[in-house]
Amino acid sequence: MNYRNIALFAVVFALLVLVGFVQSWSVALQLLNLCLISAVMALGVNIQWGYAGLFSVGTMGFIALGGVATVITSMPPVRAAWAAGGAGVIAAFVIAIVTIAGAVQVWKRMKPGKARSLTMIAILVVGFFLYRSIFDPAVQAIESINAASEGYLGGLGLPILFSWVVGGLLAAGVAWVIGKISLGLRSDYLAIATLGIAEIIIYVIKNEDWLTRGVKNVNGIPRPVPYEVQLQAEPWFASWAHFLGLDVVEASSLYVKLAYAALFTVVLVVILWMSEKALKSPWGRMMRAIRDNEEAAEAMGKDVTRRHLQVFILGSAVLGIAGAMMTSLDGLLTPGTYNPLRFTFLIWVMVVVGGSGNNWGAVLGGFLIWFLWVEVEPIGKVTLAFLTSWMADDSGLKQHLMNSAAYMRLLTMGVILLLVLRFSPKGLIPEK
Amino acid sequence: MIDILNALAALANYVFVPAISYGSQLALGALGITLIYGILRFSNFAHGDTMAFGTMVVILTTWWFQGMGISIAPLPTALLALPVGIVVTLVLLLGTDRAVFRFYRRTKAAPIVFVMASLGIMFIYNGLVRFIIGPNEQRFSDGARFIIKAREFKAATGLNEGLSIKLSQGITVITAVIVVVVLFWFLNRTRTGKSMRAFSDNEDLALLSGINPERVVTISWVLVAILATIAGTLYGLDKSYKPFTYFQLLLPMFAAAIVGGLGNPVGAIAGGFVISFSEVAVTYAWKKVLVYLLPEQWAPDGLVQLMSTDYKFAVSFSILVIVLLFRPTGIFKGQSV
Repeated sequence: MNYRNIALFAVVFALLVLVGFVQSWSVALQLLNLCLISAVMALGVNIQWGYAGLFSVGTMGFIALGGVATVITSMPPVRAAWAAGGAGVIAAFVIAIVTIAGAVQVWKRMKPGKARSLTMIAILVVGFFLYRSIFDPAVQAIESINAASEGYLGGLGLPILFSWVVGGLLAAGVAWVIGKISLGLRSDYLAIATLGIAEIIIYVIKNEDWLTRGVKNVNGIPRPVPYEVQLQAEPWFASWAHFLGLDVVEASSLYVKLAYAALFTVVLVVILWMSEKALKSPWGRMMRAIRDNEEAAEAMGKDVTRRHLQVFILGSAVLGIAGAMMTSLDGLLTPGTYNPLRFTFLIWVMVVVGGSGNNWGAVLGGFLIWFLWVEVEPIGKVTLAFLTSWMADDSGLKQHLMNSAAYMRLLTMGVILLLVLRFSPKGLIPEK
Repeated sequence: MIDILNALAALANYVFVPAISYGSQLALGALGITLIYGILRFSNFAHGDTMAFGTMVVILTTWWFQGMGISIAPLPTALLALPVGIVVTLVLLLGTDRAVFRFYRRTKAAPIVFVMASLGIMFIYNGLVRFIIGPNEQRFSDGARFIIKAREFKAATGLNEGLSIKLSQGITVITAVIVVVVLFWFLNRTRTGKSMRAFSDNEDLALLSGINPERVVTISWVLVAILATIAGTLYGLDKSYKPFTYFQLLLPMFAAAIVGGLGNPVGAIAGGFVISFSEVAVTYAWKKVLVYLLPEQWAPDGLVQLMSTDYKFAVSFSILVIVLLFRPTGIFKGQSV
């Protein structure tokens, strides 16, 4: 860390403090929380892209899986739904796994030729219809249980903090399957394949109501911090707020946000510390060697495919953790809001702008880009109001411009990315 | 016999007609992607938003024409507005090329840098379109709605199943055929087209034989502007215009281009139809057709829908993966970085 980098971080924190003074401390803390989460996400992408040069744009899918993990870990189980269709769903999945394993075994064991292809297709077709015949009634049974508020299996009722770990594991598990299939693909092909996988993950979450309630959303996910109303009722908190000269309601909101910020900071510091250790270890040097010249690394006896799979899983796990953190901050899972611009490409902008290959750069990018993503809108409104101040208030053009200020953020992100690519292609904090 | 005809009518109505028109739209989009890949050698992530931009200009021009009372009924006014859309899109694309891509061509940057830059451009176009026309759905089709109505078809043939063909579907197919014929004539018969193909096949050799690379690039952007605007407008006429939908089209279009072999124009067209037919076939409820074809006691209970329509993206993606696993450069041989 040299003085320049410290100055860059100082600028970002000064900006956050400025928001605290100009807008409100509540807004500033909310911004800080999402900055912290974005930094974790950027670290995840940096592991995949910065360390190993994997052009994977499936970021959104793993973040969403983290969100699913909070539901299946910490929501209370819906016992009636389990009784109605739990066994059916489990049986269907056993059939699905057996079918796929059978098909893979046929493919591996039998001699290549028509017989092999036909047997494999037959196994898959029979398995698929068997699976559907058990799965469909089970799902219908589950979704008909108290459909307005439940209609899904619920979770395991475990503490929410535990779900952050589960989020990482779930994302890692799915990444293993995806990596096995798609990591053989090169550059652009991998990008398109992962882009598609992310869409599919979102579609599954949106449509498999028995698991996640789909677009009906899951709300009331338990929180790792106390609720504002509870705090306001506590006598010690009221006197504490009074001592600080704050309104009790406002103080409780700040307290909750600060508590979240503390938890997120711990996660960020741990992941950052581990990433730095990994990057500076022989393993990290090997990864960079593979990234810079695959053939040479392979000639040196490194198993490139295996390493790629490993780094893909690690990065995805970090994204899953960040996704779980985000959903537990919101307290609800809304599958309809996952959008690749916000959850894939924006994270990529963070990494490229911050400096791919450098963990500190990714963290800085996460903070800076998230700050701009949120703050460009109010800044844009003020600027447009100033630029159009000479127009009449009822002018159609002025109203249109003011209403469109929200889309300034997309334009700004594009311009920032292009400027950084052109004038500082290694990012704000370049790799050493 | 009548049962088989009924089954065929149902099949044509629900599978063939929609799949052919959707496939033509995908093919035109995929041709744009494949051209950029062949000439400039990168995957253009901004292509979906280029289509959204071109269509937006067409829509605004259409409204303007409608306001002045210009129309070519029964054909939609949007066809008249196409040239304006193409020209404005071309200005935008060439401006982008001058401001962004030319620098990286000169410095011989790695393909990945071009892709990153196209991500930035994707954001900018995305913002630009929403800034001008907003994120909401827009309708701009006018003129007649159907070529054949289901009721008329039933009356004329005496079948139980109706067949309807929308005007937009007819226009889509005819326009796509014209565009593709002209494009292939241009690529195969004209001097400029041949120089483009030479440049795509072997850049160094093409440069040695005196082909001006900047000219080839400019002409590719002209073709892309034409293809993207037409594809976007046809899709908008057939379904509806919403900027986010166009961004999402990126996946099936790329799938089509890759399945056919990136950089290969014939492949892009074939890929478009492979993707559209499988999407429609896998998400169609086959019960109606099977009821006619099977003996009564075999009639299926369920809808016989392999997957719900929400999973249509999964279809294009699965085909993509299967093709890539077994034929890594696509059905027709494509390029690979």
